[in-house]
Amino acid sequence: MMERLTGAERQIALMICVVMATVGLVMAAAGRGDPMGSHGAIVLIAAGITTFFVLRAIGEPEPAEDRTVNYYDDPTKAGLVIALFWAVVGMGMGVWVAAQLAWPDLRFDAAWSSFGRIRPVHTSGVIFGFGGNALIATSYHVMQRTSRARLAGHVSPWFVLLGFNLFCIVAASGYLMGVTQSKEYAEPEWYADIWLVIVWVVYFVLYIRTLARRNEPHIYVANWYYMAFILVVAILHIVNNLAVPASLTGAKSYSAFAGVQDAMTQWWYGHNAVAFFLTAGFLGMLYYFLPKRAERPIYSYRLSILSFWGIVFFYIWAGSHHLHYTALPQWVQTLGMTFSVMLLVPSWASAGNALMTLNGAWHKVRDDATLRFMMVAAVFYGLSTFEGSFMAVRAVNSLSHYTDWTVGHVHAGAMGWVALITFGSIYSVVPLLWKRETMYSWKLVEWHFWLALAGTVIYVFAMWNSGIIQGLMWRTYTESGTLAYSFTDTLVAMHPYYVARACGGALFLTGAILAAYNVYMTIRHAPEKRPERDYPTSSEATEPPVPAAE
Amino acid sequence: MFRKILSPFARLFEFHARTHYRTERHSMALTLGIIVAAGVGGFVEIAPLFTIDETVEAAPDMRLYTPLEQAGRDIYIREGCYACHSQMIRTLQDEVDRYGPYSLAVESQYDHPMLWGSKRTGPDLARLGNKYSDDWHVRHLVDPRAVVPESVMPQYAFLLDTTLETESLPDRLAALRVVGVPYSDEQIANADVDARGQARPDTDAADGVSERYGDTTGIRQFDGQRDRVTEMDALVAYLQILGGLTDAAFENQPLGED
Repeated sequence: MMERLTGAERQIALMICVVMATVGLVMAAAGRGDPMGSHGAIVLIAAGITTFFVLRAIGEPEPAEDRTVNYYDDPTKAGLVIALFWAVVGMGMGVWVAAQLAWPDLRFDAAWSSFGRIRPVHTSGVIFGFGGNALIATSYHVMQRTSRARLAGHVSPWFVLLGFNLFCIVAASGYLMGVTQSKEYAEPEWYADIWLVIVWVVYFVLYIRTLARRNEPHIYVANWYYMAFILVVAILHIVNNLAVPASLTGAKSYSAFAGVQDAMTQWWYGHNAVAFFLTAGFLGMLYYFLPKRAERPIYSYRLSILSFWGIVFFYIWAGSHHLHYTALPQWVQTLGMTFSVMLLVPSWASAGNALMTLNGAWHKVRDDATLRFMMVAAVFYGLSTFEGSFMAVRAVNSLSHYTDWTVGHVHAGAMGWVALITFGSIYSVVPLLWKRETMYSWKLVEWHFWLALAGTVIYVFAMWNSGIIQGLMWRTYTESGTLAYSFTDTLVAMHPYYVARACGGALFLTGAILAAYNVYMTIRHAPEKRPERDYPTSSEATEPPVPAAE
Repeated sequence: MFRKILSPFARLFEFHARTHYRTERHSMALTLGIIVAAGVGGFVEIAPLFTIDETVEAAPDMRLYTPLEQAGRDIYIREGCYACHSQMIRTLQDEVDRYGPYSLAVESQYDHPMLWGSKRTGPDLARLGNKYSDDWHVRHLVDPRAVVPESVMPQYAFLLDTTLETESLPDRLAALRVVGVPYSDEQIANADVDARGQARPDTDAADGVSERYGDTTGIRQFDGQRDRVTEMDALVAYLQILGGLTDAAFENQPLGED
């Protein structure tokens, strides 16, 4: 992997490794007796492994060819493989936590295996581990192809990818040790947060510099979304994680915000992590891989503009719908509800744009499971954004909030939309990157599709049922005007749905394992084939980077 | 008529599309556009919460967490209890009937971070304090299904065997003061001793706690063990103060109102 780096670049990589190792050593020494010390050891080991790879390549001959005639795909390949690894880990953890709710004794006699500690391993594992790596990897791929230019730099793409994964490992291991800020989807403590800011700044600079090299006057839609993802996630991350550490030698910190202001900041972050991490970035994937695979131009450029700015502007307001009927002032709740309902317009514009793009290619959707992944993802995107707007209405929220309905809604989006579009993109890009004719087994792709769809449907239906039943039971009164059900009554009623949910999750996990196996076998065993045109070309080239309308 | 109503929107859309067409040739213009468009909503919704006085009610009787309770709160966070238990009773009749007066903003005024939660796999805990005995809490945390057979809560027996780490409490209280919790110098300096004192009644250290945090502070062996102060002491002390920092909610919603 390091052979494509020049001597100077290898030296820079080595210097970064040495700095990281020093940071790890300082953390390990200063944080002795605190989880921070263990994290220092993890940083030190990670730096050591990277140093080993750099040192092994440092004496090798330098690349002789002109590197700008090719795309730089090594970090993309590594990112996709790592994403699949996290998919299996994160979804495996998900099935385990789901099973614990059905059978609470399904754990070890150790503090780390309780629901409260492994649940964030599941959420961070799938959102940041699987989703984040897939976003970084595909963004490298897409920005090069749509700009017809090679990545601007050879060390920085690796720095971003490996640095981000270090963040993920520190986060996940921290939860098991009880290191958490308790802010949902922003649990990692202060030093991990600072590290992510550094990684993110490098990511943005890399993105902008690559765009600056482009051989196209216009920036393609997919890149707007990737840029919104990078920029807004940075803003959200920095503001929501403002905190004061109790000590510089320990992990514990206290949020700068308290009470109602903290609640609003947290859900401004939480909801827009959904918007800009789990939606904007993946819409970038959709806007590139779907037209590419279907070999059809995007249905409407105007609609893309409308939906892009609609999503960027409206989504930010929607966070307060997580706080209906709470101590948050009513005017903020109302604003959140109003914008959540309006958000349906740009969301459906995107979903509609994607589905209309398939007009004239529906026979391909029937025959090609990879394209079907993307089509169903767009459908689930439309369904879950509709459901989201609906649940943000105050009266509906009074029933759905605090129940499994919310969990079902999140998973309709996370499994049905985010994971399916990612798997579709992986299946369409892996043969190209490893220069293979096709995926190792199309039958396994087909199996994966049906397992994933069945798993999602079972999961979502189970959670709809349990959520609505629980919400109704909580508010049922007897004729004499007392509450009809105790809390434990409602818990007993949930049991069959919790079993069903664990089964749905297991089906989905099986699909992900098949995907990992299929990708591995494609890399190792599929017949080779050089792609016809997959290198930077000037803007006069006849073949557009994505299918274009006349 | 219909066309007349729609025409300003059509013109706006036309203008927007043209502007975008020019913008998308310049990465920095696009960057600025995204930052501005995404910045407005957050600013309008969050900034006023710090400046409008009515956002948080006044409660002169509001008290602070003692060091032992704060240590318990940190354990509550560490174990991820917030993933299944909310601490926010909404203004809905059935919630008030089930859990007590609805939560006020002032009650979490000093909660860095807030633990309002988002999911009730277990019941709301905002007014849990003094609903059950210490002994009930200890038994329930050691083995939830021994007390509530239908429960799906994990066991936390190890808390009973883990000595509470108190040396870092002065630093923790000092950090909390930086972010706005009005601890005094004396309270910060004695945090370590006070944490242990609160779980050891009839000692000099215990007297220090009532002196610094008031006579109504609960001082007792929360976990029933005399010899040492454990993480169980801290967690139970925290659970027993939930909803008891101020009486504002009860004054604001007197019983028998309906």
